[in-house]
Amino acid sequence: MRLALQVRHRFAGLELDVDVLAPPGVTVLFGPSGSGKTTLVNAVAGLLRPDQGRIAAGDWVLMDSATRHWLPPSKRRLGYIFQEGRLFPHLTVRQNLLYGRWFAPRDAPAESLERVVDLLGIDRLLSRRPGALSGGEKQRVAIGRALLAAPRLILADEPLAALDEARKAEILPYFERLRDAVSVPILYVSHSSAEVARLATTVIALREGKVAAFGPPAQVLGDPATMGARGLVSVLSAQVVAHHGDGLSELQVAGGTIWPPRLPEEAGRDLRIRVAAKDVILSRVAPQGLSALNILRGTIREIRAAEAPNVLVTVALGDGAEAQMLMAQITRRSLDALALEPGQSCYAILKSIAVSP
Amino acid sequence: MGGEWANWLGPAEWQAVRLSLRVSLWATLASLPLGIFVAYVLARWEFPGKQVLNGIVHLPLILPPVVTGYLLLIVLGRRGMIGQFLDQWFGIVFSFRWTGAAVAAAIMAFPLMVRAIRLAIEAVDPKLEAAASTLGASRFWVFVTVTLPLILPGIIAGAILAFAKAIGEFGATITFVSNIPGQTQTIPSAIYAFLQVPGGQEAATRLVIVAVIIAMAALLLSEIIARRVARLVGGT
Repeated sequence: MRLALQVRHRFAGLELDVDVLAPPGVTVLFGPSGSGKTTLVNAVAGLLRPDQGRIAAGDWVLMDSATRHWLPPSKRRLGYIFQEGRLFPHLTVRQNLLYGRWFAPRDAPAESLERVVDLLGIDRLLSRRPGALSGGEKQRVAIGRALLAAPRLILADEPLAALDEARKAEILPYFERLRDAVSVPILYVSHSSAEVARLATTVIALREGKVAAFGPPAQVLGDPATMGARGLVSVLSAQVVAHHGDGLSELQVAGGTIWPPRLPEEAGRDLRIRVAAKDVILSRVAPQGLSALNILRGTIREIRAAEAPNVLVTVALGDGAEAQMLMAQITRRSLDALALEPGQSCYAILKSIAVSP
Repeated sequence: MGGEWANWLGPAEWQAVRLSLRVSLWATLASLPLGIFVAYVLARWEFPGKQVLNGIVHLPLILPPVVTGYLLLIVLGRRGMIGQFLDQWFGIVFSFRWTGAAVAAAIMAFPLMVRAIRLAIEAVDPKLEAAASTLGASRFWVFVTVTLPLILPGIIAGAILAFAKAIGEFGATITFVSNIPGQTQTIPSAIYAFLQVPGGQEAATRLVIVAVIIAMAALLLSEIIARRVARLVGGT
């Protein structure tokens, strides 16, 4: 189901102006705080009435200012996961989970309580009240509550922002399972490029209320216009080949093999890895006598100017349609010394990578 | 035991106690829905004239009770603007009836009730109500399933406060419905009446003791209920 977001809204210090048509899957609203992400999500939820616009999921129109069509939030069939959980303190976890079901139409295709409880690992918590839960537990219950409302659209406003890294690592996989297991479109707000790389099918990069970039994560995260040269990240698809006795896992990516410390995923699983452009070294010849393990082969696709003294080199790993783009930030001096040009083959040495299971 | 207790208070005194309890209970229960509604309006709605409504609600708190009683007489008396109409069309009469005493007590207690409930409503995070609406609850159901349970301690506190105020109401009551034994003579009016006749001090003292017991019992009860409810809605 495609998500049509056309919203114009002017309020204190910000003019939101968005017009995109997002393909099915997880659409991540990405941008710094104050860029209008939450405002846009609240407009989709019906908690805020934009000055002008049209919001629709597939052919189901939530609002259209041109025809004065407006569905109140209670009629939008949402599963909204808030940053702060917003569980009802006077209800037990079970009652919180089933709250949306009281109001959902009888014939709505609903998840079963058992399945969701199992998916989120919250069976021990059912009879407790939210006050007795930890932050991570609360957030898992909040996710469950949204899922069980039989939503036609899932909204998540920085659902992990209030959590520490350990809890994030605990909950992020649930969203991935959600993306892969549930066919409902998801609109996910984040200001973390790690979350974007891991979850997004499509990214809408917002800056001061406007769409700065729109497209698949590899494209948006690799665009210096949205990321600034410093935060530039490449996203590569990878597959677990095997785990080895020396504590390393073997990942197959376009252009070669990567050896991260042992991963929990079983062989055959697909992963995404993120590589910061500043962590890539380029070489024209196959590196010899180097301790680095992660060396990929590719072809230089493009060279762009970046903030002095650097340039940005895009390397195509693999061939044809399978090719994946890797960005390298090197100095202009190195570029000249190596005499790099588009079309040349080269080797990319990855100083550090981040694996997203 | 029951017999001795009954004898401890004379028949006129018993009558005053029973009437006071009836008047205060009705005054509290009948005004509670309106009190919750007005508290909600004052806490959550923005509209021109909000301060006027706030002022009217609080007026009985600052006006001399006699003035409130006299205004009630003008408005709800048999010849009053609204009283006349109620009498003619519905046969409802307030003046010199126990129902009139209940109206006077309700109006005098109303600001205290609204205040307690309003504070409770303002303490409810509107984000919780927004969350409920995204889960499919209409405004009515958001109120019933989220707001109402969360403000229950405030409602109980407001009701008990109003009840205690109603028990003690004197000035507006005696002005509006006079001091008729069995009809409108509540505990304070009875104490006043007993003090007007020689040898009435003893009866007055007994009623004072009863008044203190009722007030203490109401306070204790509210404390117990509020603690129970707070545990229920408090989230642990």
